[in-house]
Parts: sequence; C-alpha cells; structure tokens
Amino acid sequence: MIALIDYGAGNLTSVRKALAAIGANVETPRVPSDLGQAEGVIVLGVGNFQQTAVLNQEWRDAIVGVVERGRPLLGICLGLQWLFEGSSEAPGCQGLSLMSGQCEQLKPEWPYKVPHVGWNELEFPRASRLFEGIRNRSQVYFTHSYAAPVTDETTAVTTHVVPFASAVERGQVYGVQFHPEKSGDVGLRILKNFLNNAV
Amino acid sequence: MLSKRIIACLDVRNGQVVKGVNFEGLRNAGDPAELAERYNQEGIDEVVILDVTATIEGRRALAATVSAVAKRIFIPLTVGGGIRSEDDAAAAIDAGAEKVSLNTAALTDPSLITKLAARYGSQAAIVAIDAKWADGKAIVYARSGQAGTQREAVEWAKEAAERGAGEILLTSIDRDGTKSGFDCALTAAVSRAVPIPVIASGGAGSLEHFAEVFRDGCADAALAASIFHFSEHAVHDLKMMLHDRGIPVRL
Repeated sequence: MIALIDYGAGNLTSVRKALAAIGANVETPRVPSDLGQAEGVIVLGVGNFQQTAVLNQEWRDAIVGVVERGRPLLGICLGLQWLFEGSSEAPGCQGLSLMSGQCEQLKPEWPYKVPHVGWNELEFPRASRLFEGIRNRSQVYFTHSYAAPVTDETTAVTTHVVPFASAVERGQVYGVQFHPEKSGDVGLRILKNFLNNAV
Repeated sequence: MLSKRIIACLDVRNGQVVKGVNFEGLRNAGDPAELAERYNQEGIDEVVILDVTATIEGRRALAATVSAVAKRIFIPLTVGGGIRSEDDAAAAIDAGAEKVSLNTAALTDPSLITKLAARYGSQAAIVAIDAKWADGKAIVYARSGQAGTQREAVEWAKEAAERGAGEILLTSIDRDGTKSGFDCALTAAVSRAVPIPVIASGGAGSLEHFAEVFRDGCADAALAASIFHFSEHAVHDLKMMLHDRGIPVRL
C-alpha cells in the first residue's frame, strides 16, 4: 500500500487517478499511525509553504519512520520543497530537513514569467532510479513560484531564469518539483519507477 | 527551456463538444473524452473544457464530462464556464480538473480570485478575459461576450495577477471563430503588462497564426478549438513547424 498524505494543500484527485492507472494500491492515512503498514509514502502539495505546517511533529516522525524502515518517500511539487530546511515563502515554517538548503522564489525576468508554468526539460547530472528509462531532456509539467537549490542531492536540473533542482534523491528519499501525474507517459513512467522501488 | 504550450479547447454543451463563430451558432464536434484522448496522443500540452451553456442541467453533465476526460488523459486539465463560486470551483477540481478559469464571476466579485488562490494555490486560478476593441481600447466583456464592462483588458489583467491569478486566458471576441489569426497586438499588450503567463485565444486558422502569436504576440501559450476539432491540422504538424522556426515546443 502506498500512503498518499492529504493535508489539505491542493487536490489529490489527479495523482490518485495517475497512480490507479499504473496499478498502485493507494490509501490516504487519517492518522500518523496508519503509516505503519505503508510500503511507500507520497507527499503532494501545491500552494503556500505555510500549509505544510499542518504536518505536525507526529506526522513528521511517522513519515520519516517509513523511510527508516527502508521504504521510499516521494515529495511532489511543494512536497519536494518540504524535504528541504525551509522556504523564504514562509520563513517561520520548518521543512523536514532531509535535504540541505533553502527554497527561494523565482523572480520574473522578461520574457520569463512566474509562476513557472508549462513543460520544461529535465537534465540529469547523474543517474537516478526514479528516471530509469527516461531520456535526458525529456519534458515534464511544472507549475510553481518557489524552487529548491541545486546541490549534490540534485538528480535533475531545470532552468527557468536560474537553474533549480527539479528532482532530488538521497537514499530512499525522492522529490520532484514537477507534476508526474500531469506529465503524460514520461510522468507515469516516473511514478512507476517509484512504485517499483516501493513494492 | 520552457516550451510554448499548445492548448486544445473543448467547448462543451450538454456533454458534447460544440463550436461556434463569434461566440454564436454552435455546431457539434464530438465526444469530449474521445477528442481529448486523440489530442493527447497527438501531443497536445493541455486541455481546457469550457462549459458554454452553464445551465443547471449542463452543469451536472459537466462534472461527468470532466471526470470522463480526466480518466483518459494525464496532462493538465482546466475547467471554465459557469464557475460562480468556491463551491463550483471545488466541484470541478474534485472531478479531476487542476485549474479553473474564472470569467464573469471574477468581474462581479474579484475577491473570488484571491479565495481560490488561497485554497488551491495560484496555479489553479486562471482568469479568463474576453476582450473586444472599441475606439482603440480593448474592452472586457462578461457573460460569454454578451455584456460589455467598464474595464480595459490590460488593467484588468494586472489586477487579476495582483489578486492571485496564476495565468490569464485572453480571448479576442473580434477574432473568435473567424480563423483570421490571433490578436497579436492585444496579446502582446497584456503579456508585457503582467508577470504571469498569458494564453492567447481566438482566431487560430492556420499553423502560421501560432508562430505569429508566439513571436509577435509574446504569448506563453496558445489555445484553439475548431482548428483541431475537424482534423484540419494535426497537433504534431503544428509543433514540428514551430520547432523548425526555432520556437521551443514539447515534441
């Protein structure tokens, strides 16, 4: 069972449908202790970083507990940003700090618009299990205004005004800034790669 | 580099895709889920479902249509037409849409933009602007182009962006359904005035028109309906042509 965390930040319908299409058994845990049986966990989010504050220490411990059992965690969009120490969008709000660095706002600079909306390229600085079978420079769908810094944990780089981490990986912790559930066949393959890691 | 997006619009009435000229005289163009799937296979970047009747009966049928389309395609889906309240937006999003497009409702109550952005994020709140030239001014129209307002398109786009809109869907009423090309002057004026992406709509009649609106209209995305519905040009042909012209697209 893959646990899809619902903390009220954005809609889960699309990711649920995409996971169903690739045959995943998905459940939405109501309380942190429900994560005890999870083979993998996905944290999705859109909107403001402040919304992640709903995920209190109990939830954080349960999510990290899944990783400590050797099971994978995938953060999508705001879920990737939450893996970092924090974001300038909500300075008082702590991230999970599984990745080092702070997320910063993308600044519009003509002709680049913010939010960064649309299909952009992934460049792979190194191999990642998440991108098995995915060609370098494949395009995926983004929609966000804040982005994570490029670090040693970056497995995909995308450039919009500045280069940012469009995917990260550290052990069994993964994050993608784009929306795999909205990125056509490429996105479904990425979700399937995550699933293969989990079950 | 960020690709210029090609968006197919499905004007839906009572569960069927229809298309009119200058917002009037609708004719039938097929089943929305089938059309959406065909476009997806051809490489369309996004799909917009626009409820062109927005009657009570039509609204119920719309949720079923959105759900049917969302089951078949895994690319961004926007729903517009008849979104009057947070509840209408929630119904569309729960049915499988990522974004909702506000038009008349945003003009009547601009705070609705901010409410939706706060609840679902700015990326989910598109403000649709229907504009028509009069005495050198692009005047904003409400109610599917039926009612003129006091607002001017560039100013309204700026206000919408400030209130939290994530994108502007800009339709030229003068060009809608005429196949005479996008209104590049209107699109460029709005695109240069706001920091958020602008989707150009209304008037696509040839592949060349898309190249024009990306180059001269500074559009971030272009939306069309009839040019795709009746298989006049495959989406792939369009993208190959844009690619050959050096315009970044997803192939």
